[in-house]
Amino acid sequence: MIDYNSFRHFADSWGLLYMLVVFIGVILFMFRPGAKDHAKAAAQIALKDDRAPEGKE
Amino acid sequence: MKNLGWTIVLGLAALAAVLAAAFGQDQLYQTHAWILAGVTAIGAIIMLRQVGVAGEGPGDKTGYMDDPIRYGVILTTFWGVVGFLVGVVAALQLAFPELNIEPYLNFGRVRPLHTSAVIFAFGGTALITSSLYVVQRTCQTRVLSDNLTWFVFWGYQLFIVLAATGYLLGSTQGREYAEPEWYVDLWLTIVWVGYLVLFMGTLIKRKEPHIYVANWFYLAFIFTIALLHVVNNLSMPVSLLGSKSYSAFAGVQDALTQWWYGHNAVGFFLTAGFLGMMYYFMPKQANRPVYSYRLSIIHFWSLIFMYIWAGPHHLHYTALPDWAQTLGMVFSIMLWMPSWGGMINGLMTLSGAWDKIRTDPIIRMMVIAVAFYGMSTFEGPMMSIKAVNGLSHYTDWTIGHVHSGALGWVGMISFGMVYFLVPRLWNRKQLYSLRMVNWHFWLATLGIVVYAAVMWVSGITQGLMWREYDAEGFLVYSFAESVAALKPYYILRAIGGAMYLAGGLVMAYNVWMTIKGKTRDEKPIVVAHAASAQPAE
Repeated sequence: MIDYNSFRHFADSWGLLYMLVVFIGVILFMFRPGAKDHAKAAAQIALKDDRAPEGKE
Repeated sequence: MKNLGWTIVLGLAALAAVLAAAFGQDQLYQTHAWILAGVTAIGAIIMLRQVGVAGEGPGDKTGYMDDPIRYGVILTTFWGVVGFLVGVVAALQLAFPELNIEPYLNFGRVRPLHTSAVIFAFGGTALITSSLYVVQRTCQTRVLSDNLTWFVFWGYQLFIVLAATGYLLGSTQGREYAEPEWYVDLWLTIVWVGYLVLFMGTLIKRKEPHIYVANWFYLAFIFTIALLHVVNNLSMPVSLLGSKSYSAFAGVQDALTQWWYGHNAVGFFLTAGFLGMMYYFMPKQANRPVYSYRLSIIHFWSLIFMYIWAGPHHLHYTALPDWAQTLGMVFSIMLWMPSWGGMINGLMTLSGAWDKIRTDPIIRMMVIAVAFYGMSTFEGPMMSIKAVNGLSHYTDWTIGHVHSGALGWVGMISFGMVYFLVPRLWNRKQLYSLRMVNWHFWLATLGIVVYAAVMWVSGITQGLMWREYDAEGFLVYSFAESVAALKPYYILRAIGGAMYLAGGLVMAYNVWMTIKGKTRDEKPIVVAHAASAQPAE
């Protein structure tokens, strides 16, 4: 049976660690080799023609 | 048969509403049921008149679905003007108490009407409208379902009508920014889940392999608001046919739940959603890609991970445990980094094209929006520091802070979005008048400056008067004395608000004339600026 205290201890130990690892992982992932080119291509998505979906008038 | 399904559903809803009105336990519930019956009956009649009996095809479903977006742009403008007007009324009521007209138009009812009209009616419609535009364009695909889109769009407007009429009639559950009673909350939950399904479904059927960052922000906004809304509004109605309900929480847990909701409404409704807008419309209007796409992703994750913890800073020096207060403060201060990263990213998108600030009033509007985003997200963390909060809390400083964020950031980026979309959606070459955009810009900017500056002075005056002790340890001022001291500031605040409202009216006229296909005979903006660059500042 999970009570408030055990829930809280889980949250401020393993829960916290998990969030921190995911967060740092996300940041590091952005600096992986090749990410820059990928990001440059992604940034162009907004600037594409906005009148009709791809291949249609 | 086209629209037959809608006619039947709306007709049945009207019937159910009439029954609810007949058996309602209290007057508020009955009045709301009658309003619902009226609205659904009108809807049914409109749909009935459009029922195609035979021969009509399903219509062109190959392009983007822009009809709700056109309605949305018009309604965004409309709700904006309404919300600003109610705000000016509320400001005048504080300066001149005689304007409190009992019972429907006293300050206690007008104030939630104002906050909900600007946040949920103006801001919410702007977000739903722009998100549907952006997700289709950046995914190169039509929305998941036309019917679901209409349901979400008009369902949300129905929520606004029920919420707004409820406030004036006196129906409230007394929760900040979440005043509507349980049945309105349930309706919004249904609409919002529909919105989530619609947005996710459109993302899933995308033709573009990468999900553009604006959609990440929009999705975070939709998802988190669903979560916040449901938890904050957990309550037990007294009767299924009555308007009153009781919250599932009590005491300090209730307070924390409310501010967990309240602050994340700021974080995910007024920030994340509008950042989605910024990351699409600013590059688009400047015709340059965002300064750093990788920074925008880091901006996203940092905001998501940190914002959710900041709520307790609304409860400094209360019964909330000290560690929770400190947690809220620390996360608020950490939020400085993603906020300023995002601001720099937005501003630097113009790097190499700074001249556009001079030549393009729409870009100018977006730039001032991002500048105000930076300013208010600097001020916010500062105010969350306990020592500062001891002075600022419960004073007008807070009101000034909220308005520099809401008028400056949320308002201005939405105006930029409207000005960007109107010519495109109605196939006009240009806006009716760029010079009127410029007028709007200055009216709004000066209005905010007046508003924020006056609220700083009045807030700090209030804070200092409240804490002034004499040598024997008695309070120097009574509360009423601090109220009397603020009167000039309250009048000035109403003037600042009225300027902002005037800007909104200029926009409404400009939008209307653009839709009608008119163009104003005026000097081009570049020449004008060379002539009057100095005095205008």
